[in-house]
Amino acid sequence: MDFFLELLVAGLIVFGGIFGLVGSYGLAKLPDLMTRLHGPTKATTLGVGSVLVASSVFILKLQGSISAHELLIAIFLLLTAPITANFIAKSFLHRQANPETDLPPTGTECGWASFDVPPDSDDDEPSSLTIPRRNQR
Amino acid sequence: MIDYALAFSFGCFAVGLLLNLYRLAKGPTVADRVLALDTMVINGIAVLILYGIAKGTTVYFEAALLFAMVGFISTVAYCRFILRGDIIE
Repeated sequence: MDFFLELLVAGLIVFGGIFGLVGSYGLAKLPDLMTRLHGPTKATTLGVGSVLVASSVFILKLQGSISAHELLIAIFLLLTAPITANFIAKSFLHRQANPETDLPPTGTECGWASFDVPPDSDDDEPSSLTIPRRNQR
Repeated sequence: MIDYALAFSFGCFAVGLLLNLYRLAKGPTVADRVLALDTMVINGIAVLILYGIAKGTTVYFEAALLFAMVGFISTVAYCRFILRGDIIE
């Protein structure tokens, strides 16, 4: 039983290392920021996730008790990775993209949220709390 | 067996950190550099946890948790600064 636990921990560590390397290699290799976002936000989170699972199994074997820290770190990373990617993409659009030529049309009367003022911007409430725009017309 | 896996994984994350450093130096846009820094933080968290496994202690988890929080907040602050020219309006 001990051997299999050790095998599991070693396999998870190797898996995480490979995925971390693939994510960083994608960041260095891919041609454009929008494609470069793909590598780290998916592969590196998977790599760190499997390293965290390996660590939690290892500490469970070592000390005989579950520690909540790995779970906290994993939840925090999984929650923040999409927010970070969204922010980086928005700042890239803000600095680099030309809204007339680079971006596809949104299909509504309001353009891309990074460039256009929302139609009901004089309300006090943030637009996420009001009725969605496409239902108003 | 775990020792060999740890050595391999340390090597993988070290090469990954070097690749991130290359992207951080090369750019070409500001968003690329922010993304490279964010990925460096995530790889640093992985290296910290692997070091914790190698030493057999749980001391490094607090450091990894703090690293995750500070990394996220600094990335958001940097992007906010690029987007709005200000962090807290």
